[in-house]
Amino acid sequence: MDERLLKREERAVFALRGLYQRRGYLPFKMSKFEEYELYARNKDFLSSERIISFTDLNGRLMALKPDVTLSIIKRAEDRPGVRQRFCYDESVYRPGGSGSFREITQTGLECIGDLNAYDVLEVVSLARESLELVSDGAVLALNHLGLLTALLEETGAPEALRRELTACIAGKNSHDLLRLAAENGLDAERLCACAAIYGEPGEALRQLQPLCGSRKAREALDELGELFGLLEKESAATRIVFDYSLVSDTQYYNGVVFRGYLPGAAESVLAGGEYDGLMRRMGHRARGIGFALYLDRLEDRERERQWDVDVLLLCDRESDAAAIRAQVKELNDKGLSVSVQNAIPEKLRCREILDRRGEAARC
Amino acid sequence: MLNIALPKGRLGEKVYDLFERAGYACPAIREPGRRLIFENESLGLRYFWVKPSDVAIYVQRGAADLGVAGKDILLEYEPEVYELLDLGLGKCRMAVAGRRGFYDSGERTLKVATKFQNIASRYYAAQSRDIDLIPLNGSIELAPILGLSDVIVDIVETGTTLKENDLEVLAEVVPISARLIANKAAYPFKTKEITELTEKLKGLVQR
Repeated sequence: MDERLLKREERAVFALRGLYQRRGYLPFKMSKFEEYELYARNKDFLSSERIISFTDLNGRLMALKPDVTLSIIKRAEDRPGVRQRFCYDESVYRPGGSGSFREITQTGLECIGDLNAYDVLEVVSLARESLELVSDGAVLALNHLGLLTALLEETGAPEALRRELTACIAGKNSHDLLRLAAENGLDAERLCACAAIYGEPGEALRQLQPLCGSRKAREALDELGELFGLLEKESAATRIVFDYSLVSDTQYYNGVVFRGYLPGAAESVLAGGEYDGLMRRMGHRARGIGFALYLDRLEDRERERQWDVDVLLLCDRESDAAAIRAQVKELNDKGLSVSVQNAIPEKLRCREILDRRGEAARC
Repeated sequence: MLNIALPKGRLGEKVYDLFERAGYACPAIREPGRRLIFENESLGLRYFWVKPSDVAIYVQRGAADLGVAGKDILLEYEPEVYELLDLGLGKCRMAVAGRRGFYDSGERTLKVATKFQNIASRYYAAQSRDIDLIPLNGSIELAPILGLSDVIVDIVETGTTLKENDLEVLAEVVPISARLIANKAAYPFKTKEITELTEKLKGLVQR
């Protein structure tokens, strides 16, 4: 197969599917629709509450799926020692910037079941390898939500204030964090010191050490330290950074969370983490971790083609069809694309023009 | 190269002065003319003049790595950006204002005219107050005078416009000032440059 025919997004899907299947992730094909109820119950987990819904022929309220993880979790089995590994490439439907919905191609994987440290390492490593398959020079930012949960618990702040503090931390907004701390009698220095930690994992762990006093915070730090230690042993081109500001909704996510960035892309292209909270909410004892890669965001970085076809072959109605066909075949065999026309179209960019018009008359 | 979106107008000029004092000068920006992009290759800087309300969009969408936007815009549109520093410029407040002596008894739905629908909605939702939101694009002060609304939620700088129209501030919603914002996906690749610039500006702002 000629790989040049594939768009960057399609090439990525093939390469990623191969990677995930080699690690034992089974392809999961799901229906385009789910019962609306599934999303209504977990709307905070979704990136937007706006969902395309409709009533099916049986009168059930259905939705065009805005998310894949929830559909996969429905199949979770709570058996000790067992993990289920699924990978997917699916379209999801989410609101776009202009108030309309967009179809987004998403590929990713979920590992659910009786998870341990190996599974977390495997999924984070696969996230890193996924980034490497689509681009050079990527960065994978990591955090452990146990650190944030412990910090907020220690403040004793009410839920509404915790949300405000979290928003400041997520925005690297130390000025409003200071103001909130001062207004509510919290330890501003500690909050700001934590929120500012970003960069090389070893240095970040050293900075976190004196700030993690509670048992919960130390457990999170130990888990993170172990993961960074294991990742360090793998040689990889993707740089790993610790980012305290990387936070997700702690109702659903806990433990390790991560996001992938590519040079030149305007947004993160990969997002994932441990979501035991979501599993509990959906009635499972099993744990879960996974990530999604947003292939539509790769489009930003795709270099536009300079030509629509390599050769524009101009002929006329009198031209010898067999000779034209033979020439097209010869060009195709050389790997060139050809468009046969009787005149130069207005909207067709070509690298070269072969003009055979008038040949028949001259013969 | 650091791409920086500055808000056009008086605030933008003050912001540029601050950047210049921090060592991020681009002399061409002071030359008269209608150019919108200015580059200082030796410092690896490129400034753009952008409509103030659009700065956050340029930064969120990655056309600019950094920008300076009002807190009002950040609260209203909630762009996915980092808010790195309060520059302390363009200070004003978002406030509820109404006719002098207006009293909200809470007995009926409050009619609120505003350009800032999200800020107003969140403010009253936090008080569980039922409101009828009236979106307007300008001359907001007219609304309570003509009976279109009971109150307005708008930016108040000196309060002169309110005073001249027989209106007064009834409550402060949130203080506003210009903030340095950064694109989240550019940050991992330009951490050093962005941190250095932020620290230099912080040094000037805190003086």
